[in-house]
Amino acid sequence: MTALLEATGVSVDYHRRGAPALRAVDGADLSLARGEILGLVGESGCGKSTLGRAVVGLQPAAGEIRFDGRPVVPLGRRRRDPGMRGLQMVFQDPYASLNPRRYVGDQVGDGYLLGGTSRPEALRKAGELLERVGLPADAARRYPHEFSGGQRQRIAIARTLAAEPSCIVADEPISALDASAQASVANLLVDLVRELDMGLVFISHDLSVVRQIADRTAVMYLGRVVEVGPTRELWSSPAHPYTRALISAVPRADGAGVLPVELPGDVPDPARPPGGCRFHPRCPLALPECSRDDPPLVALRGGRSVACVLQTPGEPVRPLATRRKDAT
Amino acid sequence: MGALLEVEDLTVWLATRRGPRMAVDGLSFQVDSGEIFGIAGESGSGKTMTAMALLGLLPHAARTSGRAMFEGRDLLAMRPRQLRDVRGRRIAMVSQDPSTSLHPMLSIETQLTEHMRHHLGLSRSAARGRAVELLDTVRIPDPERALGAHPAQFSGGMRQRIAIAVALACEPRLLLADEPTTALDVTVQAGILRLLHRLRAERDLAVVVITHDLGVMSAVADRICVMYGGRTAEVGPRERVLTRPRHPYTRGLLDALPHPEGGAATLRPIPGSPPSLGEVPAGCPFHPRCGYAVPDCRTGRPAPVLVGPGHAAACPPDPLEGDA
Repeated sequence: MTALLEATGVSVDYHRRGAPALRAVDGADLSLARGEILGLVGESGCGKSTLGRAVVGLQPAAGEIRFDGRPVVPLGRRRRDPGMRGLQMVFQDPYASLNPRRYVGDQVGDGYLLGGTSRPEALRKAGELLERVGLPADAARRYPHEFSGGQRQRIAIARTLAAEPSCIVADEPISALDASAQASVANLLVDLVRELDMGLVFISHDLSVVRQIADRTAVMYLGRVVEVGPTRELWSSPAHPYTRALISAVPRADGAGVLPVELPGDVPDPARPPGGCRFHPRCPLALPECSRDDPPLVALRGGRSVACVLQTPGEPVRPLATRRKDAT
Repeated sequence: MGALLEVEDLTVWLATRRGPRMAVDGLSFQVDSGEIFGIAGESGSGKTMTAMALLGLLPHAARTSGRAMFEGRDLLAMRPRQLRDVRGRRIAMVSQDPSTSLHPMLSIETQLTEHMRHHLGLSRSAARGRAVELLDTVRIPDPERALGAHPAQFSGGMRQRIAIAVALACEPRLLLADEPTTALDVTVQAGILRLLHRLRAERDLAVVVITHDLGVMSAVADRICVMYGGRTAEVGPRERVLTRPRHPYTRGLLDALPHPEGGAATLRPIPGSPPSLGEVPAGCPFHPRCGYAVPDCRTGRPAPVLVGPGHAAACPPDPLEGDA
């Protein structure tokens, strides 16, 4: 399977006045196939949003990013490569991503106009898209404030679809919505991916939703991708201690009264990441060499990859021990 | 011994441009010492206004009726001065966003000791000593140094721990925690939930946790009240409400959650959206979205009826019987 979107060794620095540059993403790799949903998870500040913005070209980045075989160039003053129209983004806040003073139909139709469609035709197609995302037929002649948060996010998705994308990067698309709206917007995204054979990068801090909808999951920690794999396997047998910690911190609504497991310590300051493996100060399984050696992301068997010395390249995932063994 | 907090028929009207609107409609519940009581619901269900009413912190021109008996006194009938002695001392609050509940320009020491000195009359050095103990209780590393620091120097999780320390300073009997972990990552949330759980055991503290997250409820609450449209939809022991829900709304909330075992099944949202303030439908407030609604639901006002030990649901037809 050839990759639709492929990012290799992506790094993003934020330059700050009077402080050293902050490396928000540090050599991250991602790949996405057509018809695939990739969940990108991690704690706040791990660089998942920055990586998402970098792969669509909204954020200048070092490293190589290719979409459909062509390099993704950061958005600048010049006209964007028309080949990049198929690469689109959905943002977290549908209150900020829509223009409050323009008709919804006009905003959705923009994508078609830019693609060279005539205005009446663009408006007609915009109406179709609005119905496709589950909005009433008269939505086109209304303003964004007339809709609820969930409906606005549907409008933002329709607006993205007007560019006839083959790949969408959605940054926390359901986090700002109410519980019942979250489920319906997530379902919409899944349906669209299956129906239009698109690729979707679903960035979220909500692991349980990612578990439900993503085919593969990538886990980020402090600017790095530390584990990637098929969602089901990654959940049932995490290869990285951090992945396991994230999963066991999710409370379940099963009424059993089980307290989620705490991961001690805070995420370190990304401007001063710890040496060696970045997770070692919080890792329950850290070995002496972990404070020295920085493990690269290596492929294991079964389509899984991990950046941890506890796993052997090319081998199946070794189950993680509950606790560190005494001085081995 | 009676309950620590006994709320009876609490009703809250908020002033809007179009006149008063009911935000909480005849809510009753009780909380015992050492109990964690959860109030769940979507935005606009009235859960935050319930907490604000108990603390006398409702917006200007809001009105209340009903009773809220706390340690033998009615919180709703207290004068502002009397309430000031209760608030912060006997009842404390932790809010959702620790970056707004802590003052950005004041040191942690000032924020932790000000109300101890006011309420308990402690000297500066005694208050400081207690502050160090409190920071240690909520597991802030190096408490001595933390006292001199400002909120911006801590992460979100640490700030929420500090906010909890501030709330605990005067040894309250009741802690109201409004979405205490919503702004935090799951890893940090786990730590805060464990902290709340430990505090109630160590201090016999009663905690009211308000959250929309049923996973959080399942982790810490002993009993859960599910609110909808300002009313109780269902109330009962945690295990019963989450595994044998008797109200279609509770069932809908649980079904909308991702399945714990993952898999390909799609999420099942509740159709429609919750009513906004002043637009709560007549009859059962949930009936327009309810898959089990019968004509009676549009007119009658179902009161919670007992459906099991300590378990009540405001849904008389018992539609979920048999398919649990």
